[in-house]
Amino acid sequence: MPATRPLHLAVDIGGPPHYEARHYTALAQLAERGTLDFVTLGDSFARPGLDALAVLARVAPATERIGLVPAVTTTHTEPFHVSSAVATLDWVSRGRAGWSLEVSTTEAEAALFGRRPAAPAADLWHEAREVADVAARLWDSWEDGAEIRDEPTGRFIDRDKLHYVDFVGSTFSVRGPAIVPRPPQGHPVTVIDATAPEPRAAAVRHADVALVRAGDPAAARALREELRDRARAHGRDPERLRVLVQLPVALHTTADAVALAGLIGDWYEQGAAEGFQLRPAEPERDLALLVDGTVPVLQHRGLMRRFYPGATLREHLGLSRAANQYAQAGSPS
Amino acid sequence: MTKQMHLAAHFPGVNNTTVWADPRSRSQIDFSSFVHLARAAERGRFDFFFLAEGLRLREHKGRIHDLDVVGRPESLTVLGALAAVTEHLGLAATVNATFNEPYELARRFASLDHLSGGRAAWNVVTSFDAFTGENFRRGGYLDRADRYTRAAEFVATARELWDSWTPEGTPCPFAHQGQHFSISGEFTVPRSPQGYPVVIQAGDSGEGREFAASTADIVFTRHGTLEAGREFYADVKSRLAAYGRRPEDLKIMPGVTVVLGDTDAEAQEKAADIRRRQISPQNAIVALEQIWGRDLSAYDPDGPLPDIDPDPDSELVKGRVKVGDPFTVAAKWRALSEAKGLSIRQTVIETSGRQSFIGTPASVAAQLTEFVAADAADGFILVPHLTPGGLDDFVDQVVPLLQERGAFRTEYSGPTLRSHLGLPTPVRKG
Ligand SMILES: Cc1cc2nc3c(=O)[nH]c(=O)nc-3n(C[C@H](O)[C@H](O)[C@H](O)COP(=O)(O)O)c2cc1C
Repeated sequence: MPATRPLHLAVDIGGPPHYEARHYTALAQLAERGTLDFVTLGDSFARPGLDALAVLARVAPATERIGLVPAVTTTHTEPFHVSSAVATLDWVSRGRAGWSLEVSTTEAEAALFGRRPAAPAADLWHEAREVADVAARLWDSWEDGAEIRDEPTGRFIDRDKLHYVDFVGSTFSVRGPAIVPRPPQGHPVTVIDATAPEPRAAAVRHADVALVRAGDPAAARALREELRDRARAHGRDPERLRVLVQLPVALHTTADAVALAGLIGDWYEQGAAEGFQLRPAEPERDLALLVDGTVPVLQHRGLMRRFYPGATLREHLGLSRAANQYAQAGSPS
Repeated sequence: MTKQMHLAAHFPGVNNTTVWADPRSRSQIDFSSFVHLARAAERGRFDFFFLAEGLRLREHKGRIHDLDVVGRPESLTVLGALAAVTEHLGLAATVNATFNEPYELARRFASLDHLSGGRAAWNVVTSFDAFTGENFRRGGYLDRADRYTRAAEFVATARELWDSWTPEGTPCPFAHQGQHFSISGEFTVPRSPQGYPVVIQAGDSGEGREFAASTADIVFTRHGTLEAGREFYADVKSRLAAYGRRPEDLKIMPGVTVVLGDTDAEAQEKAADIRRRQISPQNAIVALEQIWGRDLSAYDPDGPLPDIDPDPDSELVKGRVKVGDPFTVAAKWRALSEAKGLSIRQTVIETSGRQSFIGTPASVAAQLTEFVAADAADGFILVPHLTPGGLDDFVDQVVPLLQERGAFRTEYSGPTLRSHLGLPTPVRKG
């Protein structure tokens, strides 16, 4: 495990649904005080709760550094709208957006839309991969520097730097270009829970951050190796994939928080993971203890930074800005 | 008592009303620009902030139109973020009813209403063309005749969803069977602070007006002159009774432009200068091509109008609403150009239409008050030509005069957009 890289910590701020902004803003601000990389917020059409991307858009101006990663489902939604919304979350947060891809497998969810029957997870994840692909194309469909504001020719944009994506997938097609200019990070960070085989196949192709579950450090290390090997087999640089271990936590006392720091530190030093996505049982209670009890211990051990050296989520994760697939070689991307 | 007006701030659009070449012009995409205009609007106690939508970049002669501002962020996400930096201001998003589904969109608007404490509004538009459809799952397009039946059923379905939780906070199952949607299940969001987000309508056809009369809380119209405004106002208000609604249940707000000066003469000069900047030489040729439907790039913008006739079946322009019959417009332009000896660019500038209200702050305040008193409008959606500072002067110089006249609020009287508009919270249909 490269010790040069800091430990990455993310926290899920879901839990029982709340319907006003204050609850989520307070949790994200708390996580930011602990210099965590990002917060995640789950979303589903199948259970009560607000639209997660809307919640984190509301949180964005109330925070400055922390990454914001809502779950976004790809089954009954429009790929074009999804890509626009995630790009816009990146704009309003000035480069702190990600999205966690999920699918909707149930009959109940299909009935809410009445457009298509429920389908097996394998088909839906195949489609989710296509959505990840087309979203990246749409984000790239504006090259950086496309806006030129050239008064002598009267041109606002250089349209040679805008591209049709002409994507034809198995269940949808998109012409493009995007209506939103390329977001600050190039590509907002793609997160995929790689526990089940179908999303794992998506993660090795498209994820910047893959989430895994493991009972011990050896199992976690094996999973990480598998994901990196498979990413390499798809022509990707495995150094551009972060693997975080999901960890359910329930902290009742400072002693619990310190014990958690011990566990995180040990797993990390054994090379089991690059970091963790913590899933608190009760976010309000657990996050306070995490920030005031766990984080300081990890900082003291030199495993976690004490401040955010970067401004964007990609910078927190040590991932460079995404290259543009449409930019001509030699021209700036 | 003086009739109170309503005011809204329109973020500058992706057309040549927006002058991007002005040195004061800033980003059309950075969040800071949205914050600037929203804060100005809230300082001025405006009713709401308004974002337009286009789901496909405009094209001209088969290529992306590059002379005007291009690109904007997605409206609902921007408004969610603006809810964090404003307290009272209504937040209105234009969202298409053809290329969305009721369950998801009702949920997004209900979420915005909760997250903003009751300030969400939805401008229901009905673009249905195959050109835009190429970006969406449904592909193709909707028959023109179906655009408003779908929109009406869409809004009705959304309202069923918004009503589906009990006041005690329990979700109840819904089932909707209709021509366009057959859906059932449970909604994920409790009834929102406004009950229903405010509904705005912006189409001008007979069907559009009928849809507004039956369903909308606000009409956004292009009829911004006194005569046309009064006619439109009387027509739309007269349609309300058939739906058991009162005239005050639907607010009519034309999109208007304002130019201020220290003297009336200075304001007129500034207005003429802005119109010249809105029509660059390149934009003059494009404007001509949009009428003629032909490639006129060989023509000199400072020379005479073409003597060839328009091509009425032209496919030259995509992603833009067509206005008027090309032969009539071309004949009018030729007559004007000959009568006044105007070049192509001068003709386009001359026909581009004066700004709606021009003058000193006192004169503009008086004109706006009279316009509302004459039942030509219930208020205005102000469209600035500069991003993001284009309404600063209006807020600082005209709003206080409107307030002195008793024509505009000095403080918000409630927390929700409905309270600003004087609209009751809809009764839940259980
Ligand atoms: C003032 C005004 C503003 C409009 N703004 C938008 C817009 O932002 N996005 C859009 O897709 N359509 C917009 N429209 C188009 C209308 O919503 C509608 O789809 C179109 O006018 C066709 O309907 P109609 O036949 O009733 O006029 C606007 C129309 C008007 C009159």
